[in-house]
Amino acid sequence: MARAAIPGRLGDRLRWRTAEVTGRRVESATAVTLTLDLPGWPGHLAGQHVDVRLTAEDGYSTQRSYSIASAPNGRSLDLTVQRTSGGEVSPYLVDELVPGDRLELRGPVGGWFVWRQQQTEPILLVAGGSGLVPLMCMVRAREAAGSRAPFRLLCAARTPSDLLYRSELRQGAPGLDTTYLYSREAPADSPRPPGRIAPEDLVRSGWPPDFEPTCYVCGPTAFVEKTAAYLVLLGHAPERVRTERFG
Amino acid sequence: MAFISRGFHGRRPSAGTKLPPGQYETTGFPVLSAGPTPRIRQDDWKLSVTTEAGKQHVWDWAGLMALPAESPTVDLHCVTKWSKFGTEWQGVSLDVLLADVETAAEHVLVTSYGGYTTNIPLADLVDGKAWIAYGYGGSDLAPEHGGPARLLVPHLYLWKSAKWVREIELRPSDVPGFWESAGYHNYGDPWREQRYQGD
Ligand SMILES: Cc1cc2nc3c(=O)[nH]c(=O)nc-3n(C[C@H](O)[C@H](O)[C@H](O)COP(=O)(O)OP(=O)(O)OC[C@H]3O[C@@H](n4cnc5c(N)ncnc54)[C@H](O)[C@@H]3O)c2cc1C
Repeated sequence: MARAAIPGRLGDRLRWRTAEVTGRRVESATAVTLTLDLPGWPGHLAGQHVDVRLTAEDGYSTQRSYSIASAPNGRSLDLTVQRTSGGEVSPYLVDELVPGDRLELRGPVGGWFVWRQQQTEPILLVAGGSGLVPLMCMVRAREAAGSRAPFRLLCAARTPSDLLYRSELRQGAPGLDTTYLYSREAPADSPRPPGRIAPEDLVRSGWPPDFEPTCYVCGPTAFVEKTAAYLVLLGHAPERVRTERFG
Repeated sequence: MAFISRGFHGRRPSAGTKLPPGQYETTGFPVLSAGPTPRIRQDDWKLSVTTEAGKQHVWDWAGLMALPAESPTVDLHCVTKWSKFGTEWQGVSLDVLLADVETAAEHVLVTSYGGYTTNIPLADLVDGKAWIAYGYGGSDLAPEHGGPARLLVPHLYLWKSAKWVREIELRPSDVPGFWESAGYHNYGDPWREQRYQGD
């Protein structure tokens, strides 16, 4: 496992900042994208996350991590948050915040689960549910950088209406192949019956191991555990399989 | 002026529990690791302690099982924000493993099957503060939680409790491990919220 060096600016990165919510877009029945304005944002790498801190009037506060969805773009940052019912933080972010509200966060954090534009090897992205967020950031960063690195994206979602970034993904990009894996309910014209991700999906829509792709897998723990184990069984070197689990 | 999140009330920890700053309590057992879970059979498993003089002490699975076991009940704090209270483990205290090891080193680099590394001061591994754990809740430790055996150092953030532990290297000088060289804190005390470098 290689060392995961990250660029400098540590002092600046770790400071708590106050962002202003400037936009709110509904992505699905349970997810919204919040656009934040962050004066002095130092920039980020695709795949990194921020720590969000909420504080109640009596001083009680709690934190959660959220991946950055948008490609580096000045002081503007998108987060996509999926509502976890019964959750402490995500229902607040999804249902309560409106443009004009302020939000405390710090980052960017994470130096391992990142894609850099210097990478030219084939890339496999496998997303389960809201695990798509940091992978979408990689797709967007690839396009913004004019990279020609070949990308294959496998998006697992329960039903078509759970899918994030639907129209942007349908529009696609040259050199990006997107495959949808629906677990509960698939569209009538879908060639694949609904079902959980299986090794065949990774064979059919991923890269052969001898192309030496870097694989990024993100989503709920059980999804990531299974997918990463399948990739290793199929012959991908463990050090080329990077994972992030949303717990 | 302290920041207030408009309309946020929050969920308070259950009475009697003390959460480190910024953490929340979970009753599940989430998983954090940077790559696929390595599968190591007990028969293939070995743990070595290497001193700064190059002397190696090696235990295989039977050797580990022959050592006196303890059953610590500890709280876990993960840097991804969750804390889990009252977890029950079975394992061997590092005091037992290090009892016959001659060293003047103050630093330790722990290496796992799969190549993960983390650095810890030796003082944090002795005096009943750390174990090589192979059982969780009375069962074998599951591979995704570090089985067959992991380091358990519950007073530091959980990334210091290296899963799939393979080697404990005693060193005269400190060297950052995997997350420590990726911007995470060198020591990682949850009560002082030492998440990242500079915290
Ligand atoms: C590196 C990283 C990046 C992440 N990126 C994203 C992202 O881009 N987008 C995103 O949406 N999420 C992301 N997450 C997940 C996010 O950090 C939170 O874990 C998630 O939003 C849930 O937080 P919560 O406070 O709403 O739920 P929590 O309150 O933390 O609840 C966690 C779990 O406990 C259950 N639970 C809690 N309280 C109760 C109760 N009273 N009764 C029953 N069940 C309960 C919840 O249903 C849930 O399953 C990321 C996590 C990590 C570690």
